[in-house]
Amino acid sequence: MASAVSVRGLVKEFGERRVLDRVDLDIAPGEFVALLGRSGSGKSTLLRILAGLDTDVDGAFEVPGTISVAFQQPRLLPWRRVWRNVSLGLRGVDGRAVAEKALAEVRLTDHVDAWPLTLSGGEAQRVSLARALVREPDVLLLDEPFGALDALTRLAMHHLVDQLWREHRPAVLLVTHDVDEALLLADRILVLDEGRIVAEHHVGLARPRRRASFTDLRTSVLADLGVDDVEAA
Amino acid sequence: MSISTAGVLARPDEGTAAARATPKSRKRRLPDLRRWISPIALVVLWQVASASGVLPPDKLASPVTVFGSAVELVADGQLGSAFLVSMGRVLGGFAIGASVGVVLGLLSGLSRWGERIFDPPVQMLRTLPHLGLIPLFILWFGIGEQPKLALVAAGVAFPLYLNLHAGIRQTDPGLLEASRVLGFTGVERVLHVVLPSALPQTLVGLRISLGAAWLSLIVAEQVNADAGIGYLINNAREFLRTDVVVVGLLVYALLGLATDALVRALEKRILRWQAR
Repeated sequence: MASAVSVRGLVKEFGERRVLDRVDLDIAPGEFVALLGRSGSGKSTLLRILAGLDTDVDGAFEVPGTISVAFQQPRLLPWRRVWRNVSLGLRGVDGRAVAEKALAEVRLTDHVDAWPLTLSGGEAQRVSLARALVREPDVLLLDEPFGALDALTRLAMHHLVDQLWREHRPAVLLVTHDVDEALLLADRILVLDEGRIVAEHHVGLARPRRRASFTDLRTSVLADLGVDDVEAA
Repeated sequence: MSISTAGVLARPDEGTAAARATPKSRKRRLPDLRRWISPIALVVLWQVASASGVLPPDKLASPVTVFGSAVELVADGQLGSAFLVSMGRVLGGFAIGASVGVVLGLLSGLSRWGERIFDPPVQMLRTLPHLGLIPLFILWFGIGEQPKLALVAAGVAFPLYLNLHAGIRQTDPGLLEASRVLGFTGVERVLHVVLPSALPQTLVGLRISLGAAWLSLIVAEQVNADAGIGYLINNAREFLRTDVVVVGLLVYALLGLATDALVRALEKRILRWQAR
């Protein structure tokens, strides 16, 4: 089976600094991969390259299917109503109907006609998810999509993303620095450090997952990131 | 009237400041009547000064006389026809200036080559005080309607150009990126991302340019006019009719206020997405 994402020897340099250093990465169709790393490890750069937002690179990468992205900030157009934000850019469909269906999936039926600035952070991020999913992408790139949300909203969002992924089954690359988030959601966890993938973990746990089920794995992922897990000690 | 910094590049925060001011006006349902005390007292004082002879009518007519002349001028149609002539000049000049400002603003905002070609000369020309161009305009266009239209157009074009251009350039790169990965076409990007995000700043420019339009008209009508409000005022000066001069000035002021209110209403409608 062909990969949904295939990266070979990818190198990205900003001036003197090598942000990505010969990265290899394969994501199978429908696979949920989390990319963990500290700030500045190059994880967001890798995502931006895959999204086509950064083109000046060496090495090879291939994403044969369609891509959608959700960013850390929802990046909604404040002057278009919520449903228009979801449907804009889609071609050959009844935008309103498609948007309503997608918004129902993220439980925002009541906000179809709202202006984005009237939404809370969590609601806006759900619109952003709906907007990404409505394109039925083969690959969904999530760039720290829960980073700007409060802890409670983040928990609800984890749940929602887990559900949506099981329903739509896109290949997902989730960029995050939250180990628990990665363990809750991903099939496979990659740790990026100074532009190289330094560790890989397969998370063979049944879903929906509970935190209690992955304490040992958590300790070893944290160790890869150079953090002692005090809870395990 | 609002003669706010004509031809000066509006700072980016002016757009948001103007936008934030809108929801506040909703609270203003009950006007504070105490604020009327001092203006009314001033008018009373003016009337008393006139009646007692402290303020001679050849320097400034009394409020009552001004009011009486206003009624008279309206009744015999003089004010009406003068108003129409002046309004026509402003509308004509505005149409020309706005077309030029918007077309150039779009060209230099949306295209790098447009910016290279049009921005330098416009930025150089805007440093000229456009009201100082009157002598040249008279030499070029004579003393008829053309120099008046040209002066109004010059006053309108620059603020609109500068604000539209700045508004387009301020488009959030994050939104442009998002629209790219969502597969927007170039036209969709301009239509749904760039132009709407330039709108608040452009409306600031519109307000400044309308203020400039009235100011330009007043100056242009001083030079040489055989009709219009400026003519009414100048004619009255010859006969020491300060009451008519004041009426003319009041009409200018009201027109400025009216256009400003129009733009405010427009802003409220167009920028209603900003209400939180």
